[in-house]
Amino acid sequence: MKTKQHTSLFNQNLIVQAVKYSIIKLNPALLIRNPVIFMVGIGALLTTIIIFYGIYQGSFSSFNLKIAIWLWITVLFSNFSEAIAEGRGKAQANSLKKNRTQIKARKLNGKQEISVYATELKKGDMVICEEGDVIPSDGEVIEGIASVDESAITGESAPVIRENGGDRSAVTGGTKVISDRILIRITTESGNTFIDRMIALVEGAKRQKTPNEIALSILLSGLSIIFLLAVVTLPSFFGYSLKASGLTQSQNLTLPVLIALLVCLIPTTIGGLLSAIGISGMDRLLQRNVIATSGRAIEAAGDVDVLLLDKTGTITLGNRMATDFIPAEDVSVEELADAAQLSSLSDETPEGRSIVVLAKEKFNIRGRDMNSLHATFIPFTAQSRMSGVDIRKDDGKLHQIRKGSSEAIRNFIHNNNGFYPQKIKDTVSAIARQGATPLVVAKDKKVLGLIHLKDIVKGGIKQRFAELRKMGIKTVMITGDNPLTAAAIAAEAGVDDFMAEAKPEDKLRRIREEQINGHLVGMIGDGTNDAPALAQADIGIAMNSGTQAAREAGNMVDLDSNPTKLIEVVEVGKQLLMTRGSLTTFSIANDVAKYFAIIPALALPLYASKDGTGVLSALNIMNLMSPQSAILSAIIFNAIIIILLVPLALKGVRYRPVTANKALTRNLFIFGLGGIIAPFIGIKLIDLLINL
Amino acid sequence: MNEFSLIEFIQLVIFFGLLIGLTPVLGNYMSKVFAGNKHFMLPVLGWLEKYTYKLVRINPTEETNWKTYTINLLLFHSAGFTFIFLIQLFQAYLPLNPANLSDVSWHSAFNISVSFITNTNWQDYAGETTLSYLVQMIGLTVQNFVSAATGIAVLMALIRGIFRKTTDRVGNFWIDLTRTTLYVLLPLSILFSIVLVGQGVVQNFKPYEAVQTLQGTQQVIPMGPAASQIAIKQLGTNGGGFFNSNSSHPFENPTPFSNFLEMLAILLIPASLTFTYGKMVGSVRQGWTIFATMLFFLVAGLSISIYAEYSANPIFGHLPLMEGKETRFGITNSVLWSTFTTAASNGSVNAMHDSLSPVTGMIAMINIMLGEVIFGGVGAGLYGMFIFIILTVFIAGLMVGRTPEYLGKKVEAFEVQMAIIAVLAPAFVILIFSAWAAVGNNGLSGINNAGPHGLSEILYAFSSAAGNNGSAFAGLNVNTVFYNITLGIGMLIGRFGVIIPVLAIAGRMAEKKIIPPSSGTFRTDNLLFIGLLIAVILIIGGLTFFPALSLGPVTEHLLLRIGITF
Repeated sequence: MKTKQHTSLFNQNLIVQAVKYSIIKLNPALLIRNPVIFMVGIGALLTTIIIFYGIYQGSFSSFNLKIAIWLWITVLFSNFSEAIAEGRGKAQANSLKKNRTQIKARKLNGKQEISVYATELKKGDMVICEEGDVIPSDGEVIEGIASVDESAITGESAPVIRENGGDRSAVTGGTKVISDRILIRITTESGNTFIDRMIALVEGAKRQKTPNEIALSILLSGLSIIFLLAVVTLPSFFGYSLKASGLTQSQNLTLPVLIALLVCLIPTTIGGLLSAIGISGMDRLLQRNVIATSGRAIEAAGDVDVLLLDKTGTITLGNRMATDFIPAEDVSVEELADAAQLSSLSDETPEGRSIVVLAKEKFNIRGRDMNSLHATFIPFTAQSRMSGVDIRKDDGKLHQIRKGSSEAIRNFIHNNNGFYPQKIKDTVSAIARQGATPLVVAKDKKVLGLIHLKDIVKGGIKQRFAELRKMGIKTVMITGDNPLTAAAIAAEAGVDDFMAEAKPEDKLRRIREEQINGHLVGMIGDGTNDAPALAQADIGIAMNSGTQAAREAGNMVDLDSNPTKLIEVVEVGKQLLMTRGSLTTFSIANDVAKYFAIIPALALPLYASKDGTGVLSALNIMNLMSPQSAILSAIIFNAIIIILLVPLALKGVRYRPVTANKALTRNLFIFGLGGIIAPFIGIKLIDLLINL
Repeated sequence: MNEFSLIEFIQLVIFFGLLIGLTPVLGNYMSKVFAGNKHFMLPVLGWLEKYTYKLVRINPTEETNWKTYTINLLLFHSAGFTFIFLIQLFQAYLPLNPANLSDVSWHSAFNISVSFITNTNWQDYAGETTLSYLVQMIGLTVQNFVSAATGIAVLMALIRGIFRKTTDRVGNFWIDLTRTTLYVLLPLSILFSIVLVGQGVVQNFKPYEAVQTLQGTQQVIPMGPAASQIAIKQLGTNGGGFFNSNSSHPFENPTPFSNFLEMLAILLIPASLTFTYGKMVGSVRQGWTIFATMLFFLVAGLSISIYAEYSANPIFGHLPLMEGKETRFGITNSVLWSTFTTAASNGSVNAMHDSLSPVTGMIAMINIMLGEVIFGGVGAGLYGMFIFIILTVFIAGLMVGRTPEYLGKKVEAFEVQMAIIAVLAPAFVILIFSAWAAVGNNGLSGINNAGPHGLSEILYAFSSAAGNNGSAFAGLNVNTVFYNITLGIGMLIGRFGVIIPVLAIAGRMAEKKIIPPSSGTFRTDNLLFIGLLIAVILIIGGLTFFPALSLGPVTEHLLLRIGITF
């Protein structure tokens, strides 16, 4: 998967393949999937037949030949854009495919183990994988625990643990077991695994059009029909005008010229690039290590306007960190830090480690050897809800150092007949109100002070949320914390709303509520209990490290299992839709100039004055050389604009997180206004070139 | 009279001031009528509404889905068509025929019937020499009301489709029809016809009078119940004159004041409906956005036309063209009327469009070809504009990075498909039928003028039919079997080929959820959107007809500049 070397848009291999496929795609059965380009194809074919008929009749028109050639080129360019997009997607998918073709699976038949090809596996089959085996297909661990190397799909070289039950039971075909033995139940039919689906999505033939693509195709076909009406009625009006100008009907418009006019008017640019845009959207998602199970999902991602984000991992760094020591009265801060560090030396939890780090940073207290101190580590338990050390001093006296929640330490102090000061209680609630966690440190019967443990909000996340807000996306933080803590973190991170003490079913309920109010909701999750919410959400991204149930429920899988991915997916979706809209606008805006090129060229002989130029040549504002070069310039422009826009279709238009209005103004300026002006310049230049 | 004067400019300012001022007043009133809220006409006419429902057995609380709504609408129009068709065929045997007019020919009767049920009011006949008082009154005047009311009813179903969510009910056709007629059209036209009678418009059942002219010849002066029909022909964007020469006839339009009022009446309801729309979809701003777009086209067309008419005519030296203009009121008022009547799908005339300069004639034609969306027919203009809004939202909406939506409703394949049909239907009529007429003897024999002007006449006739406008270039002899039938079919396609898709969209939209607006939503109530909408209308509407127009009026204009006329 980490085949990111083709960030360069084209490499030679791809281009050769794409050229080959552009010709294969001339097959009418394939071409008809794209009605606009199909129309161009028919025009090209008709023009070609006319040329041969002309030769048969003993006349040859080099002008018609040029038209025919450029019409064929238009079709080929369109095919090429699709082929190159597919090629890029396939190149990424193929590396995965290769892994799987020759895999043998150890299938359990009753108690007996038989060897079959991975492709012969059915849903529900049981297979055994041991150290060194490649997992033959997507499935779920039924028995055992193993470490699995998933670098083939995630690119991450560190192995991950897969075990039965819990949230880490899903395994993906093509990954490799590197220790232990697991029993796997196959959950996906052969040919329908994630990788298979992903390959299918980038392969043109099996690609389903997405809802918006279908709607756009209807629009483009409709426009084509309207322009077809304008063109087929032209000979009649033209014939009338010929008669009125005293000319003979034999000078009426030729079919190739009419075809050229039609091809210039119908939206070939967007028609030719439409599927390339769709495929490359998929491809961009793949580059971010996200697999979508349908093209529809990417479109929905652009529409999402509410994001449910888990606090841990998305908004905050995974763990709480110690940020401050607050000593009790008549205790020095160094004494507190010293005790806190001692109590945490053997504490392997992230919180414990952060205390050691803080003590070193602030007071330069170094690590000490527990054995030489005669210290015994007292680990955290659910009953005691505190941890610490017991130190036997040289005088034989036992000192107990403990850290824990306010309540646990108070009990500890009371048991030792100590006194728990009011001031500490007050500070505890003050810290809690700020959304942080206070840990109280005590030595024997005396409270030494507090450690301020804070959820660290990820750097830059606040700005990210502000950007999302500009784009009209509401962020909701989901956390198991109490409302006080949650509110404080929500404020710090700048989310719009939060759900405290949230249970999985609360998530589902919240999604439904938002949807009833017309919102589209995106979320990311991993556990089996996330599955209903993932299925309900408009965009449900399952983490690859999660359960098979979650992966089936979501419509995307994030191979990196990175919760922030949700935001990137939304951006990919928006960029895809923007690209599609911008190129549509560009394509339609182009028509204005083409009319001004072709109509005066056609009408040159009508109502002509003595010098032979008709009055309508006043419309020839580009001052094109001759009617023939005007028509040719228009269709040449029409063809090469497709190929010039291929890189844009593949890369997508530039995306910035701004309000809808700003995005619209910008794109409209570039693609709308640019779309009107560009062909005037382009056609004029081509006209100059071909008349050199 | 040869220059655009200050007085005329002041008249324009007053006119647009009044239009903008009256829009929220009438618009607000109509929103109350259609929402079923209390309004001041309810105590006056409420009993009649209830009685009507009882009489025709309608449950006023029952609403239907879009399909039933459409079927009711079509049934109603079929019945209307059959009735008018029959009374024309047998008018000689029916009462209220003091001029002893004979039966109408079948093809003409077909054309007239279609023309009036589709709110086109194309007239292939001279009213005073063809139709009896009975046909004019219970046939045509009734249709003047109900065909206009139908336009508003369709709009109401559409508005409900937009602001409602997750339902399939879009309203009840019979109720919308009754309410529009009873509370909007009837009171306004009674008020208006009283003013018109005060200005000297005739309203009687007398037989035609024969008088001795100063030259000593006999002249027959037609009479009849004109004022009542004129009021509704203007208000309901019908446009079918009582007399052949329509509002250039002194009995239809006697004074400059009546002229001013009749022009205002053309635009009044279509303009006010934009406010009603905004009010009912929950944002008055949305309504004004549409109003502004329409006003832009109107003012732009008007400015070009006035400029063209006052420009020196190369043939007469420095004088503007006067032939065919309304000489009593001057060029400006002729141009104003021609612009309004074509923009608003009215079709009444006070000058002969045939005699307008090529550019003004082309503007009139473009007004119609753009789909009659510049205020347009009552209801029809706004739902026509809605089609362009759908297309604009779809094309440009993607550029904000979301799938397109309008007022919280997603615009998907079905809506696009219907919108395309609604755009295709009139374009098909205009282009295919005109092309047919321009090649065959059937069509060409009707042309009075040679050269590009003849082509303009044909194009104008089919545009007028497809746009349900009803005005004519008048140079074309259309009372032939060919034109009666093709124009009749054109009117049907132009009317129902748009109404049915619009109702289908209304039905589909009512079923959708409403997405709450946010800063990520594509705004449809600002200047940028107005600009976009204008561009889409011009590009889609205009480019379709550019080749045809360039061979007609554009060529004619260019030829006029070098001194050639037809």
